[in-house]
Amino acid sequence: MGKMFLEKVQYGAWLIARVLFLCCIFSVPVASATELGAIELTDTCPPSFSLSDDNRCSLRHMYQLYDSLQDSGIGGLKTALPEARDGFSPQQIDLGRLLFFDPILSADNSLSCATCHNPNQGFSDAMGRSVGIKGHVQKRSAPTLWNSTFLSSFFWDARASNFEEQALGPLFSAHEMGNTPEQLMSSMNSVSAYKRLFKQAFPKQAAAISVANIITVLTAFQSSLVSLNSRYDRYAHGYHDALNDDEIAGLNVFRSFVARCSQCHTPPLFTNQQVAVIGTPEPAGLPRDIGAQETFNSKVLRGGFKVPTLRNIAQTAPYMHSGRFETLREAAEFYTGGRGHAVPEDEDLLLHWHISEPNLTSNEIDQLVDFMKTLSDESLIPATPKQLPSGLPFKHMENTHEKT
Amino acid sequence: MKKLNILAISLAVITFAIGWYLGSSNEPLTITSSQGGKSYSGGYVADPQANTASTGAVKMRTTEGTTHVINPGDSIQAAVELAQPGDTIQVMPGTYSETVYIDKDDIHLLGVIVEGERATLDGLKKLNDAILYSGNNIVIENFKIIDYKGNGIMSQAGNNFEIRNNLIIDTGIYGIFPQLGKNGLIEHNIVSGIADAAIYVGMSDNIHVAYNEVFDSVAGIEIENSRHAIVEHNNAHNNTGGILAFITPGLPIKDTYDVIIRNNFILDNNTPNFGAPGSTVSGIPAGTGILIMAADDVVVEGNIISNHKTAGILITDHGNAANLTLDPESDPNPDRVMILDNVMLNNGYDTIDEVKAFALTELHTGDIDIFQMGPTEDSCIINRHRYKTVGIGDFKDCDFTNTDNIDTYLLAGGAEPRVIDPTERGEIAYLGVCTGCHAYAGRLIGPSVTEIQALYANRPEALVNYINAPTAMRADYPEMPAQNYLNAETQLAVANYILQVGN
Repeated sequence: MGKMFLEKVQYGAWLIARVLFLCCIFSVPVASATELGAIELTDTCPPSFSLSDDNRCSLRHMYQLYDSLQDSGIGGLKTALPEARDGFSPQQIDLGRLLFFDPILSADNSLSCATCHNPNQGFSDAMGRSVGIKGHVQKRSAPTLWNSTFLSSFFWDARASNFEEQALGPLFSAHEMGNTPEQLMSSMNSVSAYKRLFKQAFPKQAAAISVANIITVLTAFQSSLVSLNSRYDRYAHGYHDALNDDEIAGLNVFRSFVARCSQCHTPPLFTNQQVAVIGTPEPAGLPRDIGAQETFNSKVLRGGFKVPTLRNIAQTAPYMHSGRFETLREAAEFYTGGRGHAVPEDEDLLLHWHISEPNLTSNEIDQLVDFMKTLSDESLIPATPKQLPSGLPFKHMENTHEKT
Repeated sequence: MKKLNILAISLAVITFAIGWYLGSSNEPLTITSSQGGKSYSGGYVADPQANTASTGAVKMRTTEGTTHVINPGDSIQAAVELAQPGDTIQVMPGTYSETVYIDKDDIHLLGVIVEGERATLDGLKKLNDAILYSGNNIVIENFKIIDYKGNGIMSQAGNNFEIRNNLIIDTGIYGIFPQLGKNGLIEHNIVSGIADAAIYVGMSDNIHVAYNEVFDSVAGIEIENSRHAIVEHNNAHNNTGGILAFITPGLPIKDTYDVIIRNNFILDNNTPNFGAPGSTVSGIPAGTGILIMAADDVVVEGNIISNHKTAGILITDHGNAANLTLDPESDPNPDRVMILDNVMLNNGYDTIDEVKAFALTELHTGDIDIFQMGPTEDSCIINRHRYKTVGIGDFKDCDFTNTDNIDTYLLAGGAEPRVIDPTERGEIAYLGVCTGCHAYAGRLIGPSVTEIQALYANRPEALVNYINAPTAMRADYPEMPAQNYLNAETQLAVANYILQVGN
């Protein structure tokens, strides 16, 4: 135990060093025109990526040592992940990083992607329902972007199947970033730094700034947000001292068929990417969100949502599609409240077959929470740009409100 | 007006049905001998290059590791934690109340039976699961497992397993439940009193379930979203449903196909359904011998199926089943169902209303051995005249009579792990782990790779020693966390890799 404590202290010190390193580049004033000219795109891949001779970054991670049944990317501890979306150039990834933080993407320059997907808040925003342009409160919470490179289903209601389809949603929704393709082109083309940088990222294209290329670089950046070096991962690769007794007990509750968590939050991604109707309550006063019923035009999926990954889940309170639960413990407790206990009398939901009556003890719920906290790893958090090509101020710093 | 329409349709159906009935009854019987004759030519084709030395499912051990002997009062889990791959754990007779979890490869966990006394895992109705595992090449045999709340034996992933000769009584939802694994043998187990399936093979490939007795459970043996499975020589009796092959929609693996159900005793499965509300099995009508739902390429041969009040063999698509979710990626229809000779007695004598109503459209009343409802393509049967059937008018005569040419779908020699050469292993660990803190040139969190290369040139072993137990070497850098979770092979591979990598 002493040895383990020491390891944790070391790990903590290392994390603090990491955060200090990354934070020192915040709080930079709005850049002057001469500084903007200095922005160059990197020619090296982000950590965990291998650069090929044809200038593409390919992801390498420890789960590539394993297989999965039918290449499904689901299974147990030493199981391969789903195929990652990779193969972008270092320049595209880096340009995506700049754009991700740049409020130029929104109609009135009031929000960037990072406003709702804040790297310092687990690529979410600590809100049950995110706030878009002109204060529009969304129906749902902002999902984390960590490990989205492994997903084949996007949005809570599973209505997109790749990054490109997904990006069109927030960019051009009147209630999110409120932009239009025409206005986006016009504002991007008015920034000389972007003209130059897009040319660097797409050297063979005459008109490098296009909606398609904007979405490509955003995809490239998101594909670099990989989190696979948590303490759980060390356990999974075979180092059993990486978790303490309560955390291992939590893992065993998690995969037990009493709680059944791992049936949908299946390792190694901790989601099976299916839609499930679990019957969580909405925040007080809000109508039932029909979720995937709309996507699939099917009543049996009423109230169904995509199973979210649990990696870095401790960073993204509050929980569920509209943030009904403030803490991880409340979210875990929901599942032991009994099948359909929070479904109103007049509501007809076809609840998922794994929503049962596990009757977990209070101690077991604590252990589940302990275990979920071992899924945290933010070691590859990307650096926030020193300055934005548009010269606009950042729009995600003020959004760092802690939840109690 | 509305009533008239319904009447007109009913008359048309009845007229059609009479015509069909009269037409078919006038044809001479097609009598096929299943002694000899052509064998089934479909099914899983084994790799002819595979090593055939092994007869089981786990990989043959070239050397035996340590044998750990556990006595009552000892902890089985403590022995698992000590054990290295290749070791055997022998558990002496007595009672043990714990959850044993095996997150390692190649562990044989064996109960020792002395004059009928077994090593007994007793969950006291408090513990969730008796045995959980995720490793490859796991053997679990000779235990008695009672009174758990979740599962008797469960895995998530884990290839090449053998679960044998266990006595499992009232262990909650499942008795034996391997999931997301490949190449497994489940044999000679006796499983009873289970609220879902006594033996549940979920999302798995190349499975052999043989010589088991399953009873007093909701489902006897269940093959769900799995491929290449043989279920043979089992005795499934007094469950709600005997043997099931089906697709559950909404799971990440979407199909069930290539299943042989042969030479089983399937008797008296009329137990009232006590499955949990909402569970897939809660929809099984009591009195079902074999249920095939949406599964493809299922061969039913040589079974004795008797005394089931709903039907001997019930075949349905998703559309006619209750309480299923929508999954556009799952094919809802059972195609290529193949029914060879089976002995069927006294089935469908008190069937459910839905079956009765559909039977009436064929003017069928009375017992039902085989019932099929919903679309199916290219299904077939031999000697159909022997049975009382509903809904199989589209079934052709099979052009084969047996599956004698198929012994097993197990992989000879076992499923192989992914082969990774040392350079690739080194690159994966370097990029997947080290580059989070070490850039090639310049400081990130730790020192640059070029500095490390200068310090450890030609000394990969020294670098391995360092990453296993790092010490603070520079005052201005944080101390590195130990990388001792990487195994020795990976540590050496990454040390070699890091010392030669360029930019």
